[in-house]
Amino acid sequence: MALDQSFVGRTYPPTPAYEVGREKIREFAEAIGDANPAYTDTEAAKALGHPDVIAPPTFVFAITFKAAGAVIEDPQLGLDYSRVVHGDQKFAYTRPVRAGDRLSVTSTIEAVKSLAGNDIVDIRGEVHDASGEHVVTAWTKLVSRAPEGA
Amino acid sequence: MAAKISYDEVEVGTELPAQTFPVTRATLVQYAGASGDFNPIHWNEKFAVEVGLPDVIAHGMFTMAEAIRVVTDWTGDPAAVVEYGVRFTKPVVVPNDDKGAAVEVSAKVAAKLDDRRVRVDITAMSAGQKVLGMSRAVVELA
Repeated sequence: MALDQSFVGRTYPPTPAYEVGREKIREFAEAIGDANPAYTDTEAAKALGHPDVIAPPTFVFAITFKAAGAVIEDPQLGLDYSRVVHGDQKFAYTRPVRAGDRLSVTSTIEAVKSLAGNDIVDIRGEVHDASGEHVVTAWTKLVSRAPEGA
Repeated sequence: MAAKISYDEVEVGTELPAQTFPVTRATLVQYAGASGDFNPIHWNEKFAVEVGLPDVIAHGMFTMAEAIRVVTDWTGDPAAVVEYGVRFTKPVVVPNDDKGAAVEVSAKVAAKLDDRRVRVDITAMSAGQKVLGMSRAVVELA
């Protein structure tokens, strides 16, 4: 099913703040096996010039993808999530995410395409902290594969 | 930001130390919990096969997280990474055995940019196949 082109440019309301916990960062760093002390040791992070422990570069995806749920589950858009795969992912950072951040995500549909029966949606998530400063932008390309025999 | 590599020390073609990251089913369960991505294709073989996959596959975001470690271990300060993007081209298939799978990551400086930044191109392979495409980071050096 071709998606509605009129959704291009649609922006969803900012999400309620997600508070970044230092133990959540530690849990994530351990899960990816990354022993960089900037993720777990406040003094080591400070020695690098950060006010507190920072998160690994891809940590923020859990927050932006949850925010993208507003797009994915928008019944008016009509994306078949059971057939969705993650196509591309990109991040551009103003600064690293760090413990204590209260982050809000504003999701925008950048593009909607149909290629060879696949529906493709590009979502941009702008992440801001509690003071309204930009932290990171995440671009996520989702591909809903054409049903077999379509 | 305090990268330990100086912009003046690197040239186009400079190789970053390569690394191999092991992935077992236990790794994927741990990553599912930490990331909140509980899609059963990453832990349930029966489900994965039913949706047409050869076996359980790693989270794409797990592979993306491992691949950038080659860069963050090189710079020391992970905040040196100012941009990072990948295309998920092939899945990392993780069999249910003692060994699991491995993701082999190499990277090299592909361009010197303004403002003491470089573009690093990353290659991630598993079972002889390229699992990430267009995998690039922009890194700010000292």
